[in-house]
Amino acid sequence: MRVVLNGEPAEIDADTLDRALAELGYGDAVVATALNSEFVPAPMRGEARIAEDDRIEIIAPMKGG
Amino acid sequence: MDIYGETFTSRLMLGTARYPSPDILKQSIEASGAEIVTVSLRRESANERAGQAFWNLIRETGVRVLPNTAGCHSVREAVTTAQMAREVFGTNWVKLEVIGDADTLQPDLFGLVEAARILTKDGFQVFAYTTEDLVAADRLVEAGCRVLMPWGSPIGSARGLNNVYGLRAMRARFPEATLLVDAGIGVPSHAAQAMELGYDGVLLSSAVALAGDPVSMARAFRLSVEAGRLAFEADPLQPRDMAEPSTPVLGLASFA
Repeated sequence: MRVVLNGEPAEIDADTLDRALAELGYGDAVVATALNSEFVPAPMRGEARIAEDDRIEIIAPMKGG
Repeated sequence: MDIYGETFTSRLMLGTARYPSPDILKQSIEASGAEIVTVSLRRESANERAGQAFWNLIRETGVRVLPNTAGCHSVREAVTTAQMAREVFGTNWVKLEVIGDADTLQPDLFGLVEAARILTKDGFQVFAYTTEDLVAADRLVEAGCRVLMPWGSPIGSARGLNNVYGLRAMRARFPEATLLVDAGIGVPSHAAQAMELGYDGVLLSSAVALAGDPVSMARAFRLSVEAGRLAFEADPLQPRDMAEPSTPVLGLASFA
């Protein structure tokens, strides 16, 4: 399935957000997720269904001012 | 310094970006005495995992983190970023930035107030990055913000306090709020000036990170913030237009 992952085109097999994280290799990384600009809390990732052309954002701690 | 009911000894908060190395960042935090540092969120690559390494470094320092919504130009972006930050960092604190002007990075006060209302209703404790505008500040306080962070001058400009009158008026108008000068601080005297005005603290980033010797500059800021606060508490002499002799004139010999 074709999706937009962090702004870049990507192909994934997973149909839910939690499976997508595992497939993409995020493992136990501390990240937060959004699907089509909506925040998806970690406990809800298993219910967040991914469709063709969906936009997935995976973000993590970064330096800030 | 009171932050949403919690007391902190240090009145200096430090950003974590643009340091020459992670080790110098860590040393600078220690030298500054800061108990709170600002952090952000960015896209994470599964291969590089840069965010994980940074997060481990910050956790090692033992300081509290204040996530920001830097780079957000809309209410929706800021609210979503805040929600994601709450989950990642495990804190209800958020330094709320809704940027309205690309050149000056001036806050969009209308969007800021709207986002603050949404987030405080959702249980966030908002640190509002604002200007010295009193009406906007009033709306932010009404929305539930107990920490306001007016800019000294544009982010990263190192111009110090552009509007001392405005900042002084804000301090007088909101005696109960925790007021922190954020942005535009370039040298320790700028920070000392903010503290002498009665501000509760200052937040700065580039002034330390981009200094030739960040660790020494962090210490310099620590001292200046402490000096400024001490001066404020000591009730400084007020300026006057004309001279007043500091040496007593009574008993002055006459040689006329």
